[in-house]
Amino acid sequence: MSEEEAHVVSYRTYILVWIGLLILTTVTILAAQVDLGAWNIWLALGIATVKSALVVLFFMHMKYEHWLLRLFFLGALATLAIFIGLNFFDILYRYE
Amino acid sequence: MTQAANPTGNDRGFLEGGKYPGLFGWIFSTDHKRIGLLYMYAIITAFIVGACLGLLIRLELIAPGETLMGAQTYNAVFTLHGVIMIFLFIIPGIPAAFGNIFLPLHIGAQDVAFPRLNLLSWWLYIIGAAMALASLFGGGGAPDTGWTFYVPFSLETSTNVSLAAFGVFTLGFSSILTGLNFIVTVHRLRAPGMTWRRLSLFVWALYSTNWVQVLATPILGITVALIVLERIFGAGLFDPTMGGDPIMYQHLFWIYSHPAVYIMVLPAMGVVSEIIPVFSRKPMFGYVAVAVSSLSIAAFGSLVWGHHMFTSGMSDTAILVFSFLTFIVAIPSAIKVFNWVATLYKGSISLAPPMLYALSFIILFSIGGLTGLVLGSAATDIHVHDTYFVVGHFHYVMFGGTGFAFFGAMHYWFPKIYGRMYNMRVATIAWAFLFVGFNILYFSMKLVGLRGMPRRYYDYVPEYTTLNVVATVGSWVMAIGLITMFVNIFVGMRRGAPAGDNPWKSATLEWTLSSPPPAENFEKEPVVTHGPYDYQEAGLL
Repeated sequence: MSEEEAHVVSYRTYILVWIGLLILTTVTILAAQVDLGAWNIWLALGIATVKSALVVLFFMHMKYEHWLLRLFFLGALATLAIFIGLNFFDILYRYE
Repeated sequence: MTQAANPTGNDRGFLEGGKYPGLFGWIFSTDHKRIGLLYMYAIITAFIVGACLGLLIRLELIAPGETLMGAQTYNAVFTLHGVIMIFLFIIPGIPAAFGNIFLPLHIGAQDVAFPRLNLLSWWLYIIGAAMALASLFGGGGAPDTGWTFYVPFSLETSTNVSLAAFGVFTLGFSSILTGLNFIVTVHRLRAPGMTWRRLSLFVWALYSTNWVQVLATPILGITVALIVLERIFGAGLFDPTMGGDPIMYQHLFWIYSHPAVYIMVLPAMGVVSEIIPVFSRKPMFGYVAVAVSSLSIAAFGSLVWGHHMFTSGMSDTAILVFSFLTFIVAIPSAIKVFNWVATLYKGSISLAPPMLYALSFIILFSIGGLTGLVLGSAATDIHVHDTYFVVGHFHYVMFGGTGFAFFGAMHYWFPKIYGRMYNMRVATIAWAFLFVGFNILYFSMKLVGLRGMPRRYYDYVPEYTTLNVVATVGSWVMAIGLITMFVNIFVGMRRGAPAGDNPWKSATLEWTLSSPPPAENFEKEPVVTHGPYDYQEAGLL
């Protein structure tokens, strides 16, 4: 998106996203009641990822931005993932 | 050489005039050159304070037992020496001072992208520095944790850790904002014809550094904020009795602080890449390789923090992974060294003071870097961990590398900043004292470390006395060099002979301006037609 033209998002889209977020929140709460073992954490993290993606894409307008800005945003996310990921070489194997 | 016509109508360029009179014209200026100079004066002041503390440490260690100060004072002095040198001198050093002045000039811009943010960065630096210094006097006394603030000690000690940590937090913001500002500047404000392949290697190095500043510094901010949180509210994040993990602190700390090593050394490599071709009268050998190696040092350097933690109780798998990754960083570093040497090969080398500092960088950085591999390999690291070998190693890299490059940059750009020249003879003598004193001091540290002397104690067994005396004498030789250098620079600033616009015959854009540069830089936007080291095309050979 160039500086000259600003993308206008309709209220309809915003409300749909908001409803989506509410539904996902409900799913998170319900899923937490069921014992899935280690999968509980994966499910919760998965839903949280989808929710933050919705917020970033629509509320924070990332869906309508220039590809370069999106690349930079993903780059920052990837860096964070790598930083956290490398810690697991320690945490997963520390007491073996 | 005659002075070029100056559009401001005076000979002192940006040094004269200003929006407000006197001091206010400086501390509220949004001119990148003035902000750069403000940084430089603040950073040199910090360096002098830190160097005095370093001399005190060496004086205490001249003989076993209590010589000058007790254990508690000694702990506070080396903590402060570390905090000042790391956070107030080396990290902001080259990017904030010389980056600010010369990044816009190198790319043909009027200023940085966000001049007011730039001024805010300087103010944050000053506020952070004031907090770090205030921590000496208030509360339970000066912090005694070392600059790393390791838990659990930093949570238990009654000294003023919270204020010092908050100072570091503030300094971090200054660094992030400078990084952000420079990235946007490089992307958006390049003059017509200034393609990525025509950027100077100094700009490439800064650009790589800026990414590390933006991506890694927030982690330090959060980490020191967690220390404060733990100390005040007892959150239990790093306390095993409350389910916390003390090793996690070391991870968080080094996720920033190892990349910070590259924040410190990459701009220094950029400076060396500027100086070497100019004083060899040859285009830079392997320009693309050197530019790309900056980026890859920034990328790989961010993945190696675990090598600070081999003895911490971290898992063996992690030790293996981090040790392997550490060795990878040696590759782009070696690419740089080989390309510098190849540039020197068959060049018309002149040993002016900036060149002496750049050549010292190559030698000292190589010694520091190669001893780093001893530490990066887990098996040998276990033996020398926390000994004076480590202290010798990082002083070779940080002071022998970045410190010498900072002085090199000071001597290289001095005529451009002030329009005057320092005394070359005195500068060369000062360099000789510095270089000799440096090696006496830090090589002795490496030797005494290999014999097993641990770091961070004010006392030692008598067997280590000889090498410690040698090191302390070395620190005096170096002090003579530093005093000579700073006095020479100061005298040159006041009374030096006019230097002309391009005394070194360099082909980068800042030398096309008058010295000192006019307040608004380029009278009209320059159109770039040749690379930064094409002396032939620029008509300088």
